[in-house]
Amino acid sequence: MTLNLSLIAAITVLIACGATLVLERSLTRVLIGFVLLGNGINLLFLVSSGDPGRAPIVGLGEGPMADPLPQAMALTAIVITLGTTAFGLALAYRAWQLTGHDDVQDDLEDDLIRRRADLDSTSTTFDEIDDEMPDEDGSDAHEESSGAVPS
Amino acid sequence: MTTLLALHLLAAGFSPVMVRLLDRRAFWVLALVPAASFAWLLPRVDDVTTTGESIDYPIRWVSTIGLELDLTLSPLSGILALLVTGVGAIVLFYCAWYFKPGDPEMWRFTGVFVAFAGSMLGLVLSDNVFGLYVFWELTTVLSYLLIGHNPERQANRRAAMNALIVTTFGGLAMLGGLAMLAHEAGTTSLTGVVQAAPTGPAVTVAVFLVLIGAVSKSALVPFHFWLPGAMAAPTPVSAYLHAAAMVKAGVFLIALLAPGFANIPGWRPLLITLGVATMVIGGATALRQVDAKLLLAHGTISQLGFLTVLVGIGTRETAFAGVAMLVAHALFKSTLFLLVGVVDRSTGTRDITELSGLARRMPWVLVAMVLAGASMAGLPPLFGFTAKETAFTSLVELDDIPQYGAVMTTVGVVLGSILTVAYTSRLVWGLFSTKPGSEDTSVVRPPVGFLAGPLLLASTCVLGGFAGHWITPRIATHAETFAPDGHEAKLALWHGVNLPLWLSVICIVAGGALFVSTQRARATSRHQLSELGFSAAVRAVDRLAVEVTGRTQRGSLPIYLGIIFLVLITLPGTALVLAWSSVDFDVKVADNPLQVAVATLIIVAAVLTVRSRRRLRAVLLVGVTGYGTALLFVAHGAPDLALTQVLVETFLLVTFVLVLRRIPPFFSDRPFNVSRWVRVAVGALTGLTVAGFVMVAASARTATPDSAGFAAPAVEFGGGRNIVNVTLVDIRAWDTLGELSVLVVAATGVASLIFLLTDRSARPGRALAADNSTRRTRSWVTSRQHLSDERRSVVLETVTRLLFHVILVVSVYVMLVGHNLPGGGFAGGLIAGLGLMVRYLSGGREELDASAPIDAGTLLGLGLATAALSGIVPTLLGGGVLQSAAVDIPIPLLGELHLVTSVFFDIGVYLVVIGLALDVLRSLGGGIDRHSTAGEEAIA
Repeated sequence: MTLNLSLIAAITVLIACGATLVLERSLTRVLIGFVLLGNGINLLFLVSSGDPGRAPIVGLGEGPMADPLPQAMALTAIVITLGTTAFGLALAYRAWQLTGHDDVQDDLEDDLIRRRADLDSTSTTFDEIDDEMPDEDGSDAHEESSGAVPS
Repeated sequence: MTTLLALHLLAAGFSPVMVRLLDRRAFWVLALVPAASFAWLLPRVDDVTTTGESIDYPIRWVSTIGLELDLTLSPLSGILALLVTGVGAIVLFYCAWYFKPGDPEMWRFTGVFVAFAGSMLGLVLSDNVFGLYVFWELTTVLSYLLIGHNPERQANRRAAMNALIVTTFGGLAMLGGLAMLAHEAGTTSLTGVVQAAPTGPAVTVAVFLVLIGAVSKSALVPFHFWLPGAMAAPTPVSAYLHAAAMVKAGVFLIALLAPGFANIPGWRPLLITLGVATMVIGGATALRQVDAKLLLAHGTISQLGFLTVLVGIGTRETAFAGVAMLVAHALFKSTLFLLVGVVDRSTGTRDITELSGLARRMPWVLVAMVLAGASMAGLPPLFGFTAKETAFTSLVELDDIPQYGAVMTTVGVVLGSILTVAYTSRLVWGLFSTKPGSEDTSVVRPPVGFLAGPLLLASTCVLGGFAGHWITPRIATHAETFAPDGHEAKLALWHGVNLPLWLSVICIVAGGALFVSTQRARATSRHQLSELGFSAAVRAVDRLAVEVTGRTQRGSLPIYLGIIFLVLITLPGTALVLAWSSVDFDVKVADNPLQVAVATLIIVAAVLTVRSRRRLRAVLLVGVTGYGTALLFVAHGAPDLALTQVLVETFLLVTFVLVLRRIPPFFSDRPFNVSRWVRVAVGALTGLTVAGFVMVAASARTATPDSAGFAAPAVEFGGGRNIVNVTLVDIRAWDTLGELSVLVVAATGVASLIFLLTDRSARPGRALAADNSTRRTRSWVTSRQHLSDERRSVVLETVTRLLFHVILVVSVYVMLVGHNLPGGGFAGGLIAGLGLMVRYLSGGREELDASAPIDAGTLLGLGLATAALSGIVPTLLGGGVLQSAAVDIPIPLLGELHLVTSVFFDIGVYLVVIGLALDVLRSLGGGIDRHSTAGEEAIA
């Protein structure tokens, strides 16, 4: 098929700008980049779906029809972008509420794990083997249990 | 038969309720389930074991992959099923006294325990390799929950975890082996696999994989360390799972496969070596224990080794002895565990060095203990004795394996039996003797019911000894599945003076002597070598995880995303460059001038977005790209996309503004440095790579698209002319259902982020204004509740009010008409959402509550449920999932309504989208309003 250069140029710039913004630290910028990426990808679907045609509605107009399947996929993608962007906005707002700005911080837990790796120690949830004996009751429950035998 | 399994699961489900109503007495009711199963099975098993003809209960499940719920009652599985149900009933009955009244964990325990009993029954009865595996893993998981009964202690958690990891590891190996076996044999039926008995290297590998599962489940060396740890479970669990039922699963599986596979190379050497080693190691360790329960646990390991040797050799005679020994062991070992439980509950300890003078104070316990213990030690005239005599006979007469092997096996088993006699003496003597210099232990008299179960089981140990002539033919039917070997095995108290009798005498005498000489022995370390090895392996995995995580998880979002982009640029990008020359590109500037204009607009807006420092400006510019995209959609012939895009863009724009009104107007300062140029470079390269993909992908569009065949069926079956909409609600409705779920999750996430912690009153976060119904009666426009007059626009409010219902009607119209014209649930829902948004903008959150007096969560749930129901209902009517049908409903006066059922799916979509919109408005609109009001009040 014939490639539509103006559409491809638009896709290229949308994706490039989106990717650049997504790499920022400010969550609002990341979200804006996300929306740009979304628009670019939806256009990408359109371009790769073949030549333009009439609306894919049976009995409406003449001539070849545009491919309906990529349209259906892009349609849900658009609505999902709305949902996820709203969630991201809530995150940004929450971040601002807690820290006074909406910059994405480095993860503290990851930093802790890195420090553990440097110290050659195990994870926090690892239980070292010890001489304690597994038992149904707690370590000091024996006295209690003897008094509570049913009669 | 399935009814029995269902009954167990049902009882398990209802047991928490029963415990609440009946407390400990619930156990009596629950014990009826296995007891009834036992009663039902008894005549049938009698029949099966007499005739040797199995009864099949085939149940189709997922035939396409050979996964069936087929059950079968064969002589072997019948005997096991009787043990599982019989002992299960007695143990449950016993539990009614074992637990303290009002034990807070009892509700969970009962449920898990009964479910376990059902799974175990399913395991022994299953005749499908995958069905067997399902039940097998069910017992693993349920046993994990039972071992972790008291998870507060670290040691208990580790014990439960060890058992889980070891047996699941074995289970996975087994699954692989079973799948290979089923493939080689060409059937997934267990009976079929054993009958086909395929051979070859693949079969050998498969069988050994299955054996890993059996060996780990039955706690053989080197996996035996999990069983002593499992003693963290309440004693009834040890009596049932770790003596009578679950640990026998491995032995059962070996016995099941032996008729077909005992002759494959390596089978016998492996099982005999592991069995003898386990028998000796377990016995020797048991001899150093002071905790009666642990002593029994190690004794069980030893006995499991013995059983494995017998069933593993797999000749007619050893198979007979193996099953006899298995039954005898289940009876005496569960008795012993239950009795130790009685002692524990009556005295408060199980330590055999602390207990003294119990013989006088608990005579009945002593009698039962001596009977069961004597059975374990192999003393006449008990069941354990006759079974062991048969075992010795079968080993002495063994001629299917090399002579030295048979001799060494016999020597090993005799050694193990000597240890058995010794640790049995240690147990009975330690529990009941009067220790010199120590006072008699004080005893709370156990109630009669508490003792009834163990006494009943102990009596079976005696009965079994005398009923040899009755049991013999019934076990022989299983043994007859093996090739005849010229020997006739039977259970009898007196075989005459022969080698097996002398072996028994040697065991008893040497065992007694060993007991006397090791009376003071104490285990120095609680851990066995293999446990330390296992622990080291687990530690190594943990360390590796920490190192890998520490090296790869930098915790920085830009770095993660950057790496993703770089991978995209380098890997598929390289492929792109390589493929570039082979593609013929046919290019044009545009289809029409509009595209050029709009594309230019989008490009300018996108670049300006990146450069802008003001948040609001960036958002508006993004809006420009969004509307531009919508125009391009129109130009391409995608009116549905364009409509949705415009609606979403509008909604998103306002939502951004709602949030940005609180966040500072400018982005935080960022230095114009190297890292920024790196970002721009990565972004630009990503854009170019993606452009390359589009060009190659679009040029490669040579085949007929899938959707070419959509048009005719869309009209004929989907009943709609708008193919995009029919695709969404019918052809690819599964996708849409998944996407609806994403929307619901996103909406819930938004609400929880905003209402999290800020609304400290007990009100649920998403609730609407509580008393708006009373408000509504008083005022027509509600915004005066919180907005000062100069911030209101009465004209806007009034016009909005008047238009709102029209908007709603239009939204419903767009939703319904979407089947044939541009529109549909998404577009309709968005229009309604915009209507709500306008109401909110004109009058604030009270106005929003007045216009939609419903919880957003309710709408979301309702929508998802409607969509799901419209998928399920057709299956109830005999159609496929999400199948649609067209019906014509006559309406008086108006004619006929042509209704396509997929419209219900679209209604679900519509409701979910409105729910999302409402949630976003309530949270990012009203919720943030409330925060700012609260903030202003705090300042004032």
